[in-house]
Order: sequence, then structure tokens, then C-alpha cells
Amino acid sequence: MSTLAHVFEDAGIATIVLASMADVAKKVGPPRVLACEFPLGRPLGKPGDAAFQHQVLQQAFNLLEADEPIFEHFPVVVESDEMPMACSLPPRDDPNAPPAVDEARGLISAYRRAVERKGVTAVGRAIEPEQIPAALDTLHQWAQGAAWKDVELPGKNTVAVCHDIRAYYLEAALELVGDLAPGSRSFDAWFYEVTEAGKTILEARRSLKTQEAPFPFWFYMVAGHLE
Amino acid sequence: MTEDRAATRGDDAMRALASTMDAPEFTSTSFNKLGKPLSECRVAIVTSASLHRPDQDRFVQGDTGFRAFGRNDRNLIMGHWSPNFDHSGFHLDLNVVYPIDRLEELAADGVIGEVAPRHFAFAGNQPDTVSEIRLDTGPQCAVQLNADAVDVVLLTPV
Repeated sequence: MSTLAHVFEDAGIATIVLASMADVAKKVGPPRVLACEFPLGRPLGKPGDAAFQHQVLQQAFNLLEADEPIFEHFPVVVESDEMPMACSLPPRDDPNAPPAVDEARGLISAYRRAVERKGVTAVGRAIEPEQIPAALDTLHQWAQGAAWKDVELPGKNTVAVCHDIRAYYLEAALELVGDLAPGSRSFDAWFYEVTEAGKTILEARRSLKTQEAPFPFWFYMVAGHLE
Repeated sequence: MTEDRAATRGDDAMRALASTMDAPEFTSTSFNKLGKPLSECRVAIVTSASLHRPDQDRFVQGDTGFRAFGRNDRNLIMGHWSPNFDHSGFHLDLNVVYPIDRLEELAADGVIGEVAPRHFAFAGNQPDTVSEIRLDTGPQCAVQLNADAVDVVLLTPV
């Protein structure tokens, strides 16, 4: 972002950077920065809060009045909420299926309602929604110690498939909780700590690491700080 | 208690990591002072959230290009490849990443002159040197912004 600000200023356009990582913005040094200590992924701070978003924008646009490069901090900090969101999961239906596979099948109706309502879905980088249970079946087998070269993953690209699974759960879960919008990271906390899918992905990742699969193949399946 | 849980402090970890990474250096800082009031300026948003419409090419891993979309497009997908930040906020309200409705309100109130006809998205996870963006796709995007007579660009990260 800060790099693009330099490029655009060189082309004669005035720029303002909303910086989520103040240290990085300081190093790159674009001419107008409003550093905002908000949850990563929420550069305007609060979803659904137009008044708060306008406060951020007002201070950002005020930077245009400065006669020289300027770096300011937005005075309000928004903390991440890292407690798992409250979202009930479907009960076990097929006792013979791996728990994550059964769980994902049970969420398909909520997922479809979400897509119907929003008209758009983030699922589909590597697999279609109907392939989510099959992908989780492979991840379950890897988690149980199956060799990754022997059991093929639908969609092949582990990072893309994990994005698809996470997006499927996110869209279904937001449909299920309605107006009880989660704080930043509370979806992730729920996904990795509560759902069978999240736990299976983490376990599969550990297994791939143990099997000495190529680093990019497993590392980026989940956030870097997760073990 | 929270120290024992797997998914805590992700933002702290990412900020700590980012502050240790190499960042591109610029020997000079261009600075364009507005020659007219903000209330007469045309404003565009450029985000690094890898946003795209469903009918556009998805961002691939290592994508150094950008996608353009119209001021009326709201059916956008966040195709970012990093699993290291929250995606739920965008699903709840795209303005928390791409404040297009807020810009429309500011234009209606006369605070800014006009919302630009097109807005742009890049992928935020780039090679450390960011040379492609710096030398190629960034300047290409600037040409399009200038073609749209944009005066001010608001850059939003994820």
C-alpha cells in the first residue's frame, strides 16, 4: 500500500494511506499516513458502524491540508476479539463418516442460504462447495497419518482448498448467527478450536510437516502463528 | 488462560513479524499538494485486499496485477491469499475494507467532490522487493487513475 502511494504521487495524484502496520508504513515512508491500530483485515475499524468509519475517513482526509509529509495515529484502538464466536454446529448424522466430513455436510443448507442472500461466495478457488466434504475426508486421512502422496486432495492446492473450506464455514456460520456478528478473530478462534474441520486442518498440517512435505505446501494452510 | 489457546494474538504475531521484514526503500518522497478544495476533488479507493468481481479472474498466488471495478459494484469477493487476517469483517460489511458507501455519503454531503467511476484492488502479499508493482503494474494503475481524472487516492490495506 505504502509503495503504491509513492507510485501514485510520482504520477501526480495525492494519496492517503490507512496503515494497519505502523512500523512498515514508517519504513516505506509515503507522504500521508493515518496509522490505525485496528484488527488486521478491518482497516476502517468496525464493520456495520458507519459513524466510526466516517471518523476514520474525516481524519484521513484532513491530512490533505498539511503542507508536507505527515504521519498521524488514529486515537482510538480497536482490539481483536479472540474468543470463539457462539455458533452451534449440526449434530452428528452419519456416525461412519469422519466428524469433519459429517459436520461439513450438515452446513450445506446454511451455506446455500448465505449465497442466496448475498449473491456471491468466496468458495471456489480450488473446489466447489459440494467438494468440501471430500476435501475434508482427504485431510482427515492425512491427519491420521496417510501419506500425502498416496491420497489425493480434491483441488490439489492445499492452501487454496483450506481457503475454500474456511470460506464455506465462514459464510455458513454468519448465516447461522444472524445479527450476532463476530469480533475480529472470533471466527478464526471458533473455526480452529471448535469445529471438526478446523481441528482436522491443523492436524493434517502437523502431519504434512512430519512427513516433510514441501514447506509452502503445508505452512500457509492456516495462519502462520498457529501450530 | 488465553495463552493456552491456539488462535490467540494473531494480529500481534503478524505485526511483530512484519516489523522485522525488509521493506522497500525510497530515496525521495513525492508529495502532491491539492490545488483545489477537497469538495471539488474526485476520490478513488485502491485496496490491497485482492477484491474482484465474480466474473473477473481470481488473484493467483504471487499475483502482481490489479483488478478494476465500478463505483456501483458491491458483489465483490476478497480473494486474498493470506490466512493471517480476519475475513469475517469484510463479509459483514465491505465498507470496513472498501469504504465505497462512505465515499458516496461524503460526496452527497459535499465533503468530497465526486466518487471516481472506477476503483482498484491489488494483492497485499507481494514479494519483499515489490518491484513489479513499483515499476510495472503500479504505474499502469496510475495511468488509469489519471485517465479517470482522479485527484485523491485513499489506500486501504488488509
